[in-house]
Amino acid sequence: MKLPIFLDNHSTTPMDPRVLEAMLPYFVEKFGNSASRNHAFGWAAEEAVEQARKQIAKLINADGKEIVFTSGATESDNLALKGVIEMYKEKGTHIITSSTEHRAVLDTAKSLEAKGLATVTYLPVDKFGMVNPQDVQNAITDKTILISVMLANNEIGTINPVQEIGKIAKAKGILFHCDATQGVGKIPVDVQAMGIDLMSFTSHKIYGPKGVGALYVRKRNPRVRIAAQMDGGGHERGMRSGTLPVPLIVGFGKACEICEQEMTSEAAKLSKMRDHLQADIMAALEESYLNGHPTNRLPGNLNISFAYVEGESLLMGMKDIALSSGSACTSATLEPSYVLRALGVGTELAHSSIRFGLGRFNTDEEIDYTIKKVIEVVTRLREMSPLYEMAKEGVDLKSVQWAAH
Amino acid sequence: MAYSDKVVDHFSNPRNIGSFKKDDADVGTGMVGAPECGDVMKLQIKVQNDTIVDAKFKTFGCGSAIASSSLATEWLKGKTIEEAQKIKNTDIVQELNLPPVKIHCSVLAEDAIKAALTDYQKKADTQSIDTK
Repeated sequence: MKLPIFLDNHSTTPMDPRVLEAMLPYFVEKFGNSASRNHAFGWAAEEAVEQARKQIAKLINADGKEIVFTSGATESDNLALKGVIEMYKEKGTHIITSSTEHRAVLDTAKSLEAKGLATVTYLPVDKFGMVNPQDVQNAITDKTILISVMLANNEIGTINPVQEIGKIAKAKGILFHCDATQGVGKIPVDVQAMGIDLMSFTSHKIYGPKGVGALYVRKRNPRVRIAAQMDGGGHERGMRSGTLPVPLIVGFGKACEICEQEMTSEAAKLSKMRDHLQADIMAALEESYLNGHPTNRLPGNLNISFAYVEGESLLMGMKDIALSSGSACTSATLEPSYVLRALGVGTELAHSSIRFGLGRFNTDEEIDYTIKKVIEVVTRLREMSPLYEMAKEGVDLKSVQWAAH
Repeated sequence: MAYSDKVVDHFSNPRNIGSFKKDDADVGTGMVGAPECGDVMKLQIKVQNDTIVDAKFKTFGCGSAIASSSLATEWLKGKTIEEAQKIKNTDIVQELNLPPVKIHCSVLAEDAIKAALTDYQKKADTQSIDTK
């Protein structure tokens, strides 16, 4: 077993060697611009791009023509929200989204609000992090033009009832955008069955290269139009100009093809490993709390709060395991995870959260090592925690008057 | 963000973890911070003849907070009350090479020292009144 261990597969994933192999010819040998219509270099590039489009579309049950390539999910989210608002401003300017969306959706929505271009409703989530479709229904006004709800959350892995939300949107003739960055390639995604009109996803979360993503834009029932946010040569049916990064797109396509073929067995393997990790840690450590939905979540996700220890110190104690924490100390802001706060997790427990993100290349041996290490470090840090000492003495920490600084 | 070697050292081998009985007359206890803010420090000193003969801490917080309090206990031992008053958060920042986002950890450590000294002095004053 090699150290450090990578257990942060929600942030990014290592590239699958099969993906790299598929990409290699498109750097030096087949380097053409896919928009060059008049020579063999361009044709070869175009052929590769079109094949990738098909591979990507197949994974989500779409048509290749409905795939718009972008630089990644952040750009796709921006393009979806800003593009819809700009295109349909005469029809409506109200957006419904949820409070646990990724910042790429939340900050885009806030930016539209600040510019006076849209009004936005941020729906609450339940204690598992799930959006209630009834809340979506109730928030609809005659000005609502877009509903944007994520498929699976990046911190807690909770999967939203997207299909039901899609039905509501369709019944009201409202466009439905889904940020499926964490879900595509991990769980089955079907834009037809789920009633999705626009969908953001990216290559580097599914063992493909960084720097390329896609926005699915429905072509039929209804034909969705968006205003381009990048002007230029009119690539991607005029929705996103810029020369296509052919090698990245080839890699993205290959990554989708592998996911499509291996998703079922991979999800089963990751769920089993994750359940083992969860069961052993939580059995050994009292007052460890699962964040997110106990069953309806991504196969590779596990988010736990360890009472009385602070997240960053936990990460520091496990420096040979790459993990992530909802602690404020690991972020640029001073607030702990807004996702955990939206679930109703107390601030102190949000500071104590650790996200484990299991992926394709993790092994049982790595999971066993992680279990041992987590138990050891949490135990050590609790022994030096004044809060743990007080709790053991029977002091109710909520009744203490803290000298906050 | 990479941690300085000294922070890593104090975090991995913290000095003087533990607790004294906070009701003992020769013990001063300082508890600062709040769980909602992500850091709580408890720092204790044991004083004999105006000199700090021992110090202990327990900290809930990030690696830099743990290192700051560990360093503080090391520095406190052997100092007189008056000398201890002079420990500044900037000394801790310098010694541990803390980045700007972690300066609050050193401030918290200075607050903990001050609180422990105040607590001890309050006890000492009460005692001298009692013995009069």
